[in-house]
Amino acid sequence: MITIITNRDLEAKNSERPDGRAYNELRPLKIEAGVLERADGSAYLEFGDNKVLAAVYGPREFHIRRFLKPNMAVLRCRYNMAPFSVEDRKRPGPDRRSLEISKLTSEALSPAVFLEKFPRSSIDVFIEVLQAEGGTRCAGITAASVALADAGIPMRDMVVACAAGKANGQVIMDLSEWEDKEGEADVPVAIMPRTGEITLLQMDGQLTKDEFEQALDLAKEGCMKISEEQKKAIKNRYGGD
Amino acid sequence: MILVEDKDIVVPGEVLAEGEYYAGRGTFKDETKVCSALVGLVAIRDNKISVLPLQSKYIPKRGDVVIGKITEVRFSMWNVDINSPYSGILPASDVFGREKRDMNKAFDVGDILFMRVVDVDEVKKVKLGLKGRGLGKFRGGLLVEITPTKVPRLIGKKGSMINMIKDHTKCEVVVGQNGLVWVKGKPEMERVVENVIKTIEAEAHTSGLTDRVRDMLNQLLGNEEDKEEEEQYEEELIQ
Repeated sequence: MITIITNRDLEAKNSERPDGRAYNELRPLKIEAGVLERADGSAYLEFGDNKVLAAVYGPREFHIRRFLKPNMAVLRCRYNMAPFSVEDRKRPGPDRRSLEISKLTSEALSPAVFLEKFPRSSIDVFIEVLQAEGGTRCAGITAASVALADAGIPMRDMVVACAAGKANGQVIMDLSEWEDKEGEADVPVAIMPRTGEITLLQMDGQLTKDEFEQALDLAKEGCMKISEEQKKAIKNRYGGD
Repeated sequence: MILVEDKDIVVPGEVLAEGEYYAGRGTFKDETKVCSALVGLVAIRDNKISVLPLQSKYIPKRGDVVIGKITEVRFSMWNVDINSPYSGILPASDVFGREKRDMNKAFDVGDILFMRVVDVDEVKKVKLGLKGRGLGKFRGGLLVEITPTKVPRLIGKKGSMINMIKDHTKCEVVVGQNGLVWVKGKPEMERVVENVIKTIEAEAHTSGLTDRVRDMLNQLLGNEEDKEEEEQYEEELIQ
């Protein structure tokens, strides 16, 4: 049997994560703003092996009378996974899961946007998952908020999302696909980083009260780190500093 | 305490200042903090802090002049796309007065018009009018689209930038507040103007732009003249 000893194992001795990360380490992150020509705003995000594209159109004229709001804009989201984004082919088209994520993304982003500035209009957000490896809803929200900023839509803050959870009996930040499937719990969180207000909080699995609080703190810590990358992505688009 | 410098690029939610400051355009106040609402450039004037957006949509305002495209001919009005979240209407009475005539003969779908925003009501119905100097239908020419926030930059101080472009290229250039620009002149000059406008849009947030645009115009037009000379020279050779 071959045993590989790496420095990382010696440093973080309680790290038993399959990809060798520490309990509070994110996967490598890359965000680029303004990648699509036709959209008003867009962003491409790579987060570990996740690859997500977000496009924003609007504010634009809204024709569906039933959903029109006379005093504010309506923020519509569409989360979609490409058929080739997962290991087995995903049947294309909306399903129960992507409908849920579409709704929750819209609810996570809405509090940050000054919707009241554009009455009777709609802002449309499209999130396409090209490759999935756990935590796509967080990646989608993070990318969408960069795209919204790129579209010049006024916002109170740039919403950012990150997950935390529990796998192998340890509370960890940013679950990978394996940790999500085999682990005990998954807690995706979206916040507005300036005020720390939570716009999305879900939990799948079981945690004790203490573990939940630990996970929430870890997720928030992850959000803060990702938020820095979001800001850099926007500033890089315009030559940066 | 101001936390940023003039002309810094900021992102939504970034804290610009704390304490006794006024929140100008593109910013909002959260308790004592002034925060940016947009991606844009900071402008500090005395106690007032604003953010000039790098990208935006046109929101119609009474009195603006806009360029629009007819999208539909209705019984007594035209629907006009004015490159905005709210579409405009041009009442037939504004064009014909009292008498009724064939709507299609006046303006048809696809026509480009230069109009004034007469009124915007509570339900964001945008009424357009054609009364005023230079307003009416465009014939021929080229339409260029830019972000509405960059219109002032394209016009320049007292029209310095736009007049320079007109003088150099001998083109007619009409700028609508909604970010549409109509250009008419020699076809090759139209293309020069289009390139110059796109450059201004891309570099609107940098300083010393007027001088650079002048250099660019001289260079582009210089080349054109050179080419003409070359062509003449070649023709002489052939003869």
